[in-house]
Amino acid sequence: MQFFGGSEISPSPPAPTATGNNAHMMYVFNRDGVCLFYREWNRPLHTLNPPQDHKLMFGLLFSLKSLTAKMDPTSAEKGNRGVPQLPGQGCSFHSFRTNTYKLSFLESPSGIKIILVTHPRTGDLRNSLKYIYNLYVEYVVKNPLYAPGTPIRCELFNTTLDQYVRSIA
Amino acid sequence: MAAIYSLYIINKSGGLIFYKDYGSKGRMDTNDSLRVASLWHSMHAISQQLSPTTGCSGIELLEADTFDLHCFQSLTETKFFVVCEPGTQHMEALLKVIYELYTDYVLKNPFYEMEMPIRCELFDINLTQAIQKDRVALLGR
Repeated sequence: MQFFGGSEISPSPPAPTATGNNAHMMYVFNRDGVCLFYREWNRPLHTLNPPQDHKLMFGLLFSLKSLTAKMDPTSAEKGNRGVPQLPGQGCSFHSFRTNTYKLSFLESPSGIKIILVTHPRTGDLRNSLKYIYNLYVEYVVKNPLYAPGTPIRCELFNTTLDQYVRSIA
Repeated sequence: MAAIYSLYIINKSGGLIFYKDYGSKGRMDTNDSLRVASLWHSMHAISQQLSPTTGCSGIELLEADTFDLHCFQSLTETKFFVVCEPGTQHMEALLKVIYELYTDYVLKNPFYEMEMPIRCELFDINLTQAIQKDRVALLGR
């Protein structure tokens, strides 16, 4: 279960976990699978065009979440197959690693999914993702001109995010 | 800290050829384990498509809230994966040991048909020994 706890609105950024290359890319999806935000800093290989890439990413995460809920070895109660899990219900994964990248994942209770793809030797980025979620709340959600469910076009969010990501990766 | 919950071996088309459960509360029946295995096979393939750089060979470690999943893929695309407690060390080494046992007791068995479910007694015996030894070495029990 993921709960954010604490009563701070914007916690201070956690100390940088690794030095080295920048992060590769970042996605933000809402609960319906709409890609609200995609930013790439370092991506030499594009296998698919952007709409297909976003759909594939969302599909992968959705399936991985239902796989981890099903495979959870500490709970006997599995629920029904194929029924989408509510955020926070059932066991969810927070990262996976391949030989070329590490993907860190955070889902808020409202279904906002934040994905950060970095180099494989990155440490645990859960606190960094929580900080990025707070950036999203401050610069996007509280922006009166932003309509929820639409792609994010907030300059301040982009610049603050770039600055922050440069400091963690 | 070093409890393995279960071990799966899947062939190169994604079919489950071996499943052993070592004491999880969520023990799965045959159908579920088959489904989980093919799901994992597809996820493994899709993760290669989303790589930002070339040369990706699929997911090696998946970290969830209550378990970790370590996966080893041989050059022939047979996948070995273990579900274990979060933070368990040396799973990569254990997977390589299991791969060696597989080559010795399964592949060299003249009665074993490729890609079929594994029914080799010696493999089971040696596998249990290897996992016991691993458990004793890491936990002292």
